[in-house]
Amino acid sequence: MTKSSVSENTKRQKPAKAILAKDAKSPANANLSSDELIDFYSEMIRIRRFEERSLRAYQQGRIAGFLHLYIGQESIAVGCISLMEENDHVITAYRDHGHALAVGMSMNECMAELFGKSTGCSKGKGGSMHYFDPSKNYWGGHGIVAGQTPLGAGLAYGLKYQNKKGCALCFLGDGAINQGAFHESLNIASLWNLPVVYIIENNGYSMGTSQERSSMHPDLGLAARAEGYSMNWGHINGESIFDVREGVKNAMDLAREESKPSLLEIHTYRYQGHSIADANHKKYRTKEEIDDYRKNHDPLLLYRDYLVDAELLTEKGLKEIDQAAKTEAEESAKFADESPFPPESDILKDVYWEEDNPDQKLSEGRIFFND
Amino acid sequence: MSEISYRQALKDAMIEELEQDENVVIIGEEVAQYNGAYKVTEGLLAQFGPKRIVDAPISEAGFIGMGIGASMLGIRPVMELMFWSFAYVAWDQIINNAASVRYMSGGKINVPIVIRGPANGGTGVGATHSHTPENFIANTPGLKVVCPTTPYDAKGLLKAAIRDNDPVYVMESTILYNNVGEVPEEEYVIPLGKADVKREGTDVSLIAHGPSVLVCLEAAEILKSEHGIDAEVVDLRSIRPLDEQTIVDSVKKTSRAVLVEENKPFCGVDAQIAYLIQNQAFDYLDAPVQRVSAIDAPAVYSPPLEKIQLPKSDVVIKKILEIC
Ligand SMILES: Cc1ncc(C[n+]2csc(CCOP(=O)(O)OP(=O)(O)O)c2C)c(N)n1
Ligand SMILES: [Mg+2]
Repeated sequence: MTKSSVSENTKRQKPAKAILAKDAKSPANANLSSDELIDFYSEMIRIRRFEERSLRAYQQGRIAGFLHLYIGQESIAVGCISLMEENDHVITAYRDHGHALAVGMSMNECMAELFGKSTGCSKGKGGSMHYFDPSKNYWGGHGIVAGQTPLGAGLAYGLKYQNKKGCALCFLGDGAINQGAFHESLNIASLWNLPVVYIIENNGYSMGTSQERSSMHPDLGLAARAEGYSMNWGHINGESIFDVREGVKNAMDLAREESKPSLLEIHTYRYQGHSIADANHKKYRTKEEIDDYRKNHDPLLLYRDYLVDAELLTEKGLKEIDQAAKTEAEESAKFADESPFPPESDILKDVYWEEDNPDQKLSEGRIFFND
Repeated sequence: MSEISYRQALKDAMIEELEQDENVVIIGEEVAQYNGAYKVTEGLLAQFGPKRIVDAPISEAGFIGMGIGASMLGIRPVMELMFWSFAYVAWDQIINNAASVRYMSGGKINVPIVIRGPANGGTGVGATHSHTPENFIANTPGLKVVCPTTPYDAKGLLKAAIRDNDPVYVMESTILYNNVGEVPEEEYVIPLGKADVKREGTDVSLIAHGPSVLVCLEAAEILKSEHGIDAEVVDLRSIRPLDEQTIVDSVKKTSRAVLVEENKPFCGVDAQIAYLIQNQAFDYLDAPVQRVSAIDAPAVYSPPLEKIQLPKSDVVIKKILEIC
């Protein structure tokens, strides 16, 4: 996780299968119970089946706008969020379904949000890119690239200010690192010792632009930019959920114990287009490249093999978990379908706190300007 | 004349200007190798090469500010914003630098930059992606802003924007990109600041810009056939400069005005138009000026609600019937 591990993990040379068994013995993972280990698998497969079902719903015209799928990156959300404690918080970008399910938001509310229904996690007001659930310490779901990165520093600032021993996990893409707001956030986080862990989910592309075409420093990797801010940084192999946990745990401990920020880069891959509207996604990368990741680097397949080799699960057990996830996803689509759309009057709700709490209203004058 | 799409019209404008002026350069996210997120720049990289058609990282403040700086030396950058909603991360450059440099230098420096891209709701992309900031732009002296509705206008206005020596911001619409319309083969430019009467009428003036013009045209047809009301539809095309004469002439003729825009009502463009009408055609009015705008809340995602939130012909018709 620290600088020394950079050369080992920046470049992917071989499948991580062998690495997984080794990573399983690292401090963050060595004491996991078999239930916990199996849970990781269930969580990852739930995300994948949920998204596959949402893809079908999109193709059936049930979902509007964009649908950015997380398929291929599940080990990151599940690995990181499995380390969260009571005072830890999460914030991410628009590719947000995986993190939402991992923090414990239900498939029903997540699917209903995609369908624009009142039972959705944002009452149908946010859509795919804008999931929220503060009760799960999940602060969105943000559509503007890197827009969440100052907010991540803000969550950390709030924790520190209130003397809470926790940290903020702030996820962003490899393309998002080139936004000014992100760099301003890094400097502030380091200058003020904020307990935030920035996690670059480097899937190699921002839309149709490869990392090499958008960012300098490909040799040391993107996280090396933290050097300029005297911040802890490191690389992690996203194929191995154990490596994710090990690296991120160290950074979270540093945040919680010493109130120091980190910038981590987790290497991963997305199998689908940037969004489902991205018809070009086999033009800016080869089919062979996608197939290679699916076959040889898939975090679920590798982890599944690990569980079988370690005799934690049988083929039958794996199938049951998979079937349960499929059923849950199917039911969530049914739930979403049968849920009502929000009433028209909802458009003007949730805009201002005091309009929704008129008995505690402090201001005067007219606030909305419809006739 | 040939029928081409709004998207093609924009592209043709860029091709003609790229051919005629070597200082014209196209910069934006995914404009080159990906052929444009909405395919407006499709094929331009192949035709003009990587010096003229440039892919930028996701750094709007950086590359737009860079374009402003380059324009001070006489480059004519045509910057694409994938959505105008992303302008806010570059707001200091777009509003502050672009608008102030000429003034603060006592007129010694020009900023001939164009920023273009879609600014519209109605596509289910939620509050962060559905902004229509033409009113903010128009509120800023030093900046110009146009909102073309038809392929003909899109081409003529974009060409004028590229040739203009001031910053001109072009607000397109993803909903309009596939619309087709007649565009002449021969070259033409539409001067900024000229509204267009899209439908002549005598009973009420519907004044609109962007996709709302089409809403008004639809409403006008229904009004004619179902209510015998003959509405005139004025397409502003350019918000700043604003063609006051065409607006005032129309209202003097019809004595009634309904202003329609997709923008939010408070301090929207139509608040300015309403002021203009009462100031210059007060004695001609037979009824108060009416407005139809987006419902005054952030853009809602839920598709049926989003439909309700944006101006629709039935709401426009209702407003008209209240005063006709
Ligand atoms: C400020 C801003 N500019 C552009 C966009 C359009 N956009 C959305 S996602 C994206 C690519 C981001 O790539 P990356 O950060 O690598 O994240 P990934 O999609 O790979 O998860 C772009 C250009 C946006 N949403 N916000
Ligand atoms: Mg990426």
